[in-house]
Amino acid sequence: MKLKHESIEVNAGLLLVLTLVVISIGGLVEIVPLFFINDTVEEVKTADGHDAVRPYTPLEIRGRDIYVREGCYLCHSQMIRPFRDEMLRYGHYSLAAESQYDHPFQWGSKRTGPDLARVGGKYSNEWHVQHLMAPRSVVPESIMPNYPWLMKTALPYADIADRMRALNAVGVPYSETDQEYQANVKRFGVKVAEKLNILDAESNLLKQAEQGDYDGDRRRLTEMDALVAYLQVLGTMVDFKQYQEGHFAEFR
Amino acid sequence: MAQLQSIAAPEQYNYDIVRKFTIMALFWGILGMSAGLYAALELAFPAFNLDIAQITFGRLRPVHTTLVIFGFGGCALFATSYYVVQRTCQARLWGSALANFTFWGWQAVLALGALSYMWGYSQGREYAEFPWPIDILIAVVWVAYLLIYVQTLRRRSQPHIYVANWFYLGFILATALLHIFNNLAVPVGMSSMASYSAFAGVQDAMTQWWYGHNAVGFFLTAAFLGMMYYFVPKQAGRPVYSYRLSIIHFWALVFLYMWAGAHHLHWTALPDWTSTLAATFSIMLLLPSWGGMINGIMTLSGAWEKLRTDPIMLFLITALSFYGMATFEGPLMSLKSVNALSHYTDWTIGHVHSGALGWVAMITFGSMYHLVPRLYDTKIHSIRLIYVHFWLASIGIVLYITSMWVAGIGQGLLLRGFDDYGNLAYSFIETVTFLHQPYVWRALGGAFFLSGVLVMAYNTWRTIANGKREAAEVEARLSAKLARAWYRRVTWSNQE
Repeated sequence: MKLKHESIEVNAGLLLVLTLVVISIGGLVEIVPLFFINDTVEEVKTADGHDAVRPYTPLEIRGRDIYVREGCYLCHSQMIRPFRDEMLRYGHYSLAAESQYDHPFQWGSKRTGPDLARVGGKYSNEWHVQHLMAPRSVVPESIMPNYPWLMKTALPYADIADRMRALNAVGVPYSETDQEYQANVKRFGVKVAEKLNILDAESNLLKQAEQGDYDGDRRRLTEMDALVAYLQVLGTMVDFKQYQEGHFAEFR
Repeated sequence: MAQLQSIAAPEQYNYDIVRKFTIMALFWGILGMSAGLYAALELAFPAFNLDIAQITFGRLRPVHTTLVIFGFGGCALFATSYYVVQRTCQARLWGSALANFTFWGWQAVLALGALSYMWGYSQGREYAEFPWPIDILIAVVWVAYLLIYVQTLRRRSQPHIYVANWFYLGFILATALLHIFNNLAVPVGMSSMASYSAFAGVQDAMTQWWYGHNAVGFFLTAAFLGMMYYFVPKQAGRPVYSYRLSIIHFWALVFLYMWAGAHHLHWTALPDWTSTLAATFSIMLLLPSWGGMINGIMTLSGAWEKLRTDPIMLFLITALSFYGMATFEGPLMSLKSVNALSHYTDWTIGHVHSGALGWVAMITFGSMYHLVPRLYDTKIHSIRLIYVHFWLASIGIVLYITSMWVAGIGQGLLLRGFDDYGNLAYSFIETVTFLHQPYVWRALGGAFFLSGVLVMAYNTWRTIANGKREAAEVEARLSAKLARAWYRRVTWSNQE
């Protein structure tokens, strides 16, 4: 039988099937291996052998939700590239491990504002609150919008356990059973494991807000509390002083 | 009356659905571009944010991208694909109720999507911000679309499936595949709009840009090539330049595009092998892209004088030229060394717009100027206004992309500037100050482009009004004739 392109042109079913095959190959080759090649996400351990990167706490989850809602990723990246200027400006380049619990990822594609991958701890809580309320009162040339409603809106957290369950369903190790909790103790240590327990979600959230006092007003739990809590944890989980220079390069 | 109805023959083709989608394409185009212009003003002058949550830049930008890509582009594709498949198959569209469902379903998707971003419901994935319930609606509408399309193809009275339909079919299939896999997520609850993506970090980034780049590759390229393959030969009154070239570049394009997405992730935590592979395929992609451009432009060979006399041809050929330019710039930006500078800057924004304004919008305008008079069985209201639109659009595009080249390359260079002691020469905020002027020029370019669309909307509205009036006149004359004939017959039979 001689193969001719005409046989495809006169057969809608064949055209459909062949097109589907041809468009599927690229994605299969590039995406599927990322789930199976172990080095894709490097292992990063602390000195006492625990995982350095932990899932977000309940308050940080809610802060991250607000970050996504406001479309922060449209002007701020969370992905530092291995260039001299970026290392000087933002710090060590981002590791895959650092966003391994990010559903969805927030690497961004545009820097109208600076990268935020390591913004945690760089500024005080007061600075962040002032900056989010009125950016130009801190940085006169800034073109960022004001976010006054963050301070006015009480943080809704009634569904925090459901949110953690949904995240658990997509692979984030929050614990609900004792077995899961024990696994987390082994993996992250007791102090972190307690924060990842879904059964204590609400009390953990309130406790962190109370202790952290992120928005400077302990009487009220606002969206500002959650967002600042999230910003302050960004990039703080891996202590790069522990590793020799070039250690992470082998995973790239 | 009963006699009258029996005389008005049922339309051979389902033009009603084409008309509806055409009008809505213009509607969403104006709304989406206005949102874009406003967002551009917010970047130039932050006071435009007005401290109103719903219209801050971060929420308005997805409104802009969604309404222009899926509203303007999407409705134009529904309209032209439904038209082209009927004309080239010489068969009426299959399933008119289902086609109406795709219309109303798609309008609901757009309206609900835009409102949900403004009120704070977003998945936080670029060009796929729709919350999960809307994602499901999109999937349902899309399956209906595929079914209608394939069933209409199967009704064709021609043995061959015309090349435009391959591209439309490829676009429908690819969009279904991309949409479903990129939006896999677990909802927080059945009564909650919130959900969390099934993938995280590296894998999520790869999936998202596999989607994001192919939204460009299939939604904004392959599909519009389908449009090109019908309307350019039609308007030129000549056959496609090379049938063989169209075969080769079709298969090469749909195969290669799917590999290119990871070039959006150069130098990130994505493994090097993936982004290198993507860069390689991006460079190869130049060939099928230019295959399409050459095939389109060369279709006009022997009829070049039409560029002087026919403003519709001007739109179509300019669109192809921008397509060639943007698909040259794309592979260039996918080189890792160039990308190191261009990534995260406005160069990317400019590149997207030379494709979106120059190629997608211009080919759509040209096709719609061809299409609208035929849908309403009349002539276009004003040829001169088409010229006005063409120049407004062209000036707008040039202002837009040159200001974004300045902004992007400028910011990229400032950010990597070092002084003699090896310290960073500029703080980040200095680069933001630098962006102000290009941002003002960009907004001006956007205003030019939008005003061109408003001219088009007026011209279209007048054309449709003319068409309706002429149809009414024909009908009035016809019924007068009928009434006379009926009267004569009655009086005649009375005399007997």
